[in-house]
Amino acid sequence: MKEITLRVNNELRSVYIEPNEILLDVLREKLGIKSPKCGCERGDCGACTVLLDGKAVRSCLVLAVEAEGHSIKTVEGISAEKLSALQEAFIQFNSFQCGYCAPGIILAVTELLEKYPKPTLDEIKESIAGNLCRCTGYTPIFDAIMDLTKGDK
Amino acid sequence: MALAHEFDYARPACLEEALKLKNEYREKAVFLAGGTDLIVNIKEGMLKPELVIDIKDLGEMEDFPYNEDRMFVGAAITLEYLIHSDPLLFDYQILQDAAKTVASHGVRTRATLAGNICSAVPSLDSAPALLCLEAVVHCVSVDGERQIPIGEWFIAPRKTALRDNELVLGVYFPSAINWAGIYLKLGRYGGEDLAQAGWGIMLNRERQYRIAHCALGPVPKRAFKIEAWLNGNELSEELIAEAIKLIPEEISPITDIRSSKEYRTHVSGIMLKRGLLAARDRLKGKPVDAAKLLGGIA
Repeated sequence: MKEITLRVNNELRSVYIEPNEILLDVLREKLGIKSPKCGCERGDCGACTVLLDGKAVRSCLVLAVEAEGHSIKTVEGISAEKLSALQEAFIQFNSFQCGYCAPGIILAVTELLEKYPKPTLDEIKESIAGNLCRCTGYTPIFDAIMDLTKGDK
Repeated sequence: MALAHEFDYARPACLEEALKLKNEYREKAVFLAGGTDLIVNIKEGMLKPELVIDIKDLGEMEDFPYNEDRMFVGAAITLEYLIHSDPLLFDYQILQDAAKTVASHGVRTRATLAGNICSAVPSLDSAPALLCLEAVVHCVSVDGERQIPIGEWFIAPRKTALRDNELVLGVYFPSAINWAGIYLKLGRYGGEDLAQAGWGIMLNRERQYRIAHCALGPVPKRAFKIEAWLNGNELSEELIAEAIKLIPEEISPITDIRSSKEYRTHVSGIMLKRGLLAARDRLKGKPVDAAKLLGGIA
């Protein structure tokens, strides 16, 4: 057992872990952060996406010990005070059905919009190409993002 | 919940310490950079290391010097970082094409070029670009340094020329200033997929050609017969048609879940033709989006 400290949603958290523990499991089971989901467990589906130092990563492929001293952001952090404009857009367009992929897609697109506030449809598709949604066919997800980022908003 | 397999974790602060550990543990230790392949392999029981050595604190691994003569990509440089870097936007576009097709954004933010070639799967997207660019893998161990040309790197599926006490420090690329190139990947659909076929193509104003492929045999390799046929010649319909006839001599595809060997052979001809013409367009300064050349499926 080793104690590591990491910044989770702007809060310093310390936790005891073994070297073979996965970041996704530690977030969910030891730190109570339930928005990242366990899907394929091999980096294909994107349900476990978190922002690690601002970049979308697959938390199912990161050892918890690797995150020591780093900063993690999840949907809990993004909507700590109120829903983000992106989340509101997703609600308005009824973008999700079962919602299992939603946390991963929200984080992936949040990262995209920080870099490209007015992304093209191709850029949006590329940013969530690794976030699988089996309900919607993606169209209402793209529509919400395109509507949010059009014009001078 | 933890992984079923238990191991120790080391995060050495200097290269000497990392190499000493690897020399002591040999095949029982693995190096960890991005981990996007390594963690999956441990999860699935393909690898059972006693020790995982994280190299992300070693300063050398972040090196990324670039000048007119060459580029060096340190082993901890991620594919996402590479895609947006100046050398790949201009001189090494073929490598940018390839890096863009590896998995998805959320994997590329961790996955490294060095890790990609150490995994050495037959469908390795970066391999045709590295083969065309005649990259050299820079390895180091307690015994000293070794420079391994990429053409001698791939031994068999998932097997490389790396010794059990060696670490890949990074990859050297000679200048590609007089060349233009492109990497074409065919997957089953847009978004992330492994390659059904991948072709890397480079040419220069002296009409020298370099051609390489992946996912079409046990290891990625150069297509020297096709190169010899093309070398010195201006591209024409007839020249390309004859080059396509040489493809069956250059590849040994299998039928698997992603496509049949017949389809792989057929589509290779289309990819070679479109790739050659697109590389020539780039040589003339015309921008080409590699992802759009195969009907947007890339």
